[in-house]
Amino acid sequence: MKTAIPPTDRGVSRLRTMQLIRAFEEKAGELFALGKMHGTMHLSIGQEAVAAGVCGALGPDDYILSTHRGHGHCLARGADVGRMMAEFLGKDTGYCRGRGGSMHIADLDSGNLGANGIVAGGLPIATGVGLSITMRKTSQVCVAFFGDGATNEGAFHESMNLAAIWHLPIVFVCENNQYAMSMPVTAAMGVDRISARGAAYNVPGETVDGMDVRAVEAAAGAAVRRARAGEGPTLLECVTYRYKGHSKSDPQRYRTRDEVEAWQGRDPITRYEAQLMAEGALTPERAEEVAAEARAAVEEALRFAEASPEPDPATLLEDVYA
Amino acid sequence: MTRSLTYAEAIREGLRQAMALDPSVFLLGEDIGVYGGAFGVTDGLLAIYGPERVRDTPISEAGLAGCAIGAALTGMRPVLEIQFMDFITLCMEQLVLQGAKVRYMFGGKARVPMVLRTPAGSGTGAAAQHSESLEAWFAHVPGLKVVAPATPVDAKGLLLASIRDDNPVIFVEHKLLYRTKGEVPEEPYTVPLGAADVKRAGSDVTVVATSVMVSRALEAAEQVSRDGVSVEVVDLRSIRPLDVDTVLASVRKTGRVVIVYEAVRTLGIGAEIAARIAESDALYHLHAPIIRLGGQECPIPYNRALERAAVPQVDDILAAVRQVVAV
Repeated sequence: MKTAIPPTDRGVSRLRTMQLIRAFEEKAGELFALGKMHGTMHLSIGQEAVAAGVCGALGPDDYILSTHRGHGHCLARGADVGRMMAEFLGKDTGYCRGRGGSMHIADLDSGNLGANGIVAGGLPIATGVGLSITMRKTSQVCVAFFGDGATNEGAFHESMNLAAIWHLPIVFVCENNQYAMSMPVTAAMGVDRISARGAAYNVPGETVDGMDVRAVEAAAGAAVRRARAGEGPTLLECVTYRYKGHSKSDPQRYRTRDEVEAWQGRDPITRYEAQLMAEGALTPERAEEVAAEARAAVEEALRFAEASPEPDPATLLEDVYA
Repeated sequence: MTRSLTYAEAIREGLRQAMALDPSVFLLGEDIGVYGGAFGVTDGLLAIYGPERVRDTPISEAGLAGCAIGAALTGMRPVLEIQFMDFITLCMEQLVLQGAKVRYMFGGKARVPMVLRTPAGSGTGAAAQHSESLEAWFAHVPGLKVVAPATPVDAKGLLLASIRDDNPVIFVEHKLLYRTKGEVPEEPYTVPLGAADVKRAGSDVTVVATSVMVSRALEAAEQVSRDGVSVEVVDLRSIRPLDVDTVLASVRKTGRVVIVYEAVRTLGIGAEIAARIAESDALYHLHAPIIRLGGQECPIPYNRALERAAVPQVDDILAAVRQVVAV
């Protein structure tokens, strides 16, 4: 069930990643509505190009740190869809044996050091990963994903500064999806662009269209090359939008239907499909096939998850300590 | 071979030996390099190991706590110095919500082998924001370990054990102990985490103490011994994991208990120890009510006399011991 990407089909591979994320998120939303999921979750529908583009620019040994809205990052990094779905259903076969749920999925084998329930919580950790890479003298890179809201946390500023003074191989990827829950990004900060905040730390900042997977991948690729070459961190702002509410309890009073529809008109998947078709790299039939494959992979994952055992309550206290 | 070292020297030797034995061990913290640490503990280590492994940092406690966690998650064994335990409040999110939890949240896959060293306690006239004893806060968090050595020999051994441990360890040093001396073996050795130590054997009263209170308890024990009262002093050494068995064995023998610690008395370590006694058969061995001696219900004040009055002193321990033996 690994989402292995054939190197010969690179254009379509990004499409497959985005379709897989969308299919997964839609299924997760559906399962939640059916009461099959416990707790809450944060869907990344609309933001697929960021996950697919950034993770597409990484090598197999690189690290990522994700966020509460992290399903897409995890899938784009190559996580097993079945084990992810199993975690959503709280099953023992899930990535966290049912201990973590949607907000804490980690797949250390693929360098995914975990989603995070705390806004900006992963950023200080990224500095340690970067420092470790530097001290171990490997050529790895660490990507730290976070939202626009995280850039108003002290942890963001401390981490940017540490990464800058120590020239750490970190790519700070801000998914600016316009709202920190209900707080519009324009009301939450005194600068126009989040990327401008890099200047305070002498960290190069760049803003890209986060609805364009190629633009994201190109910018992330340049930042990854800088990091790998020992030239230090980059702050990459990807301007994007979440189609769904913040979490499952969001009445969305802070935005209009028109606004949501306007962003949906720039949908990263539809747009990329159109690009590929215009280049002759994709047919409508193949596009439908890719979408159907993604849906099938999610259905198969769900079957695996549903058939998986619940964790044994006798194991409750396992793994508190190493 | 042993020789006399101060508590600070014993910790420094532990750091130096840990770094010599394991290239993944490194130090980071504010002013730990050329300055040698606010209390001089890391003095000289920069010259031996250089600025990469003895890493001076900006004043960014939250960032540094996360930095240690991230390094630990990816193959290093960082030892972070937080200059005063009070400042650890700035690290709370990273330590409590990240470092302590990632292993469990991720289903047992992650390891966070880091140590956070920090000078704690009052008695230096530094007043309310530089005198905290917050060990019980961290001992309340599953996933963390908390140790508080009372002697040079324990300080070195517990430090080496903490650095080798695969979990985040909060290593609480007491400022008033830094200059105290004791015999310390020259070679590297470990003192196990989670093992209390009977520092003085006795038969009439058990005094359970932590950190600087161990030496005060020993002094009180010496004084009352002249009146024919035999005090057993149990040094907890680790606050989490807590060695309840050693405490209960002592209580079964003596039937009288005084628990003494510097942190605020209410809802602290003393309450936990008293409850463990009350929940066990040791309760039936008690001849007198348990006494808890802890810090007063106020911030640590500046004035010398007020500061002394805010935390247990030898006379307070003496009075408590006499009270329980009088029953």
